[in-house]
Amino acid sequence: MTNVKDYIRQDKLPHIWCPGCGDGTIAGAMIRAIDACGLTKDNTALITGIGCSARFNNIMDFHTFQTAHGRALSYATGFKMMKPEMDVLVATGDGDCAGIGGNHLIHTARRNIDLTVVMINNQIYGMTGGQYSPMTPYPSIASTAQYSTFEYPFDVCELVKAAGGTYVARSTTYHINLTQKLIENAIRHKGFSFVEVISQCPTNFGKRNKMGSPYDMLMKQKEMSVTVEQAKDMSPEELEGKIVIGELVNRTDRKPFDEVYQDMVRKALAKKGEKL
Amino acid sequence: MAKTFKLHVQEAWCKGCGICVGFCPKKVLEIAVNGKLSVVRPEECVGCGQCQLRCPDFAIEVEEVK
Ligand SMILES: Cc1ncc(C[n+]2csc(CCOP(=O)(O)OP(=O)(O)O)c2C)c(N)n1
Ligand code: SF4
Ligand code: SF4
Ligand code: SF4
Repeated sequence: MTNVKDYIRQDKLPHIWCPGCGDGTIAGAMIRAIDACGLTKDNTALITGIGCSARFNNIMDFHTFQTAHGRALSYATGFKMMKPEMDVLVATGDGDCAGIGGNHLIHTARRNIDLTVVMINNQIYGMTGGQYSPMTPYPSIASTAQYSTFEYPFDVCELVKAAGGTYVARSTTYHINLTQKLIENAIRHKGFSFVEVISQCPTNFGKRNKMGSPYDMLMKQKEMSVTVEQAKDMSPEELEGKIVIGELVNRTDRKPFDEVYQDMVRKALAKKGEKL
Repeated sequence: MAKTFKLHVQEAWCKGCGICVGFCPKKVLEIAVNGKLSVVRPEECVGCGQCQLRCPDFAIEVEEVK
């Protein structure tokens, strides 16, 4: 079994996350997935944006790079294009990825660049004090919605699918072994791979919405989840408020952008009698 | 002979969130008055690994002792 601590910068512990925050548990699953896929520290890059979720790169011992808010995917694109031989992963939040970074998400998925993106959906802007995000369920209480939010979230996996992402999956921190498995599949998949992980922010979401302890929040995830297989036989009404977990998209009919680009470079060089 | 397990807790990393306590099927763990994890019934541990798997702070490890 993976010794998770081999991939942790132990001098950074205790980490900055609040008691019971899902981020640490997901970081553990990500490490086990990376190890199971046989990736090496030297050949793996982890790129993050801004937010609590962006702090994955503090504790995880790979080539790590914290970038600007919402721009992790743009930096990751540049990184992958310069270092196509490297495995590039992104850890990002719902605000970072689906809010301020939404347009980058659409076009990175459309290009089908070979990246593995783990979007930690804690349904709130955690780091800045609990402002509601485009993923906050309706209705909820947030620091910017003292009475209630009055707008609906959207299904980010559907968005990535429509934009052309070739691997799309969803899990939760409660289903942590499934999360690990899906991240493994995402790493192995060639092309844009996106795993949404529903997580708990006890401090800035749970407390305001009277969701109880971190353990209670995990149990709530369990209660709300249905598998992709179960969802097939359910009506839209029955699926209202449910979390559909499992593999949502897995297609191999499109070549990743980085491969197509490298092929093009090779062809252009060959014309001049040169090699890459 | 039944297997036995040893629990290693890094108290400095534990934030007392109680997740491991909730998931332990054998009530081995409790949060002590100092707000940190306490292993109260080590002999009951069945080595399921739930505490280690779910701890967000990498603060508990389960070791099988022969
Ligand atoms: C350009 C810019 N706008 C706003 C901010 C302030 N800011 C920092 S983190 C954050 C929200 C992060 O939310 P999310 O991505 O959901 O991550 P979480 O903290 O919940 O993990 C915001 C708005 C910023 N750092 N940069
Ligand atoms: S504010 Fe929320 S997301 Fe950020 S560390 Fe605390 S619990 Fe985690
Ligand atoms: S899950 Fe980890 S941090 Fe939380 S109480 Fe248990 S050992 Fe401490
Ligand atoms: S390994 Fe299982 S039984 Fe032992 S303390 Fe952890 S959760 Fe409890």
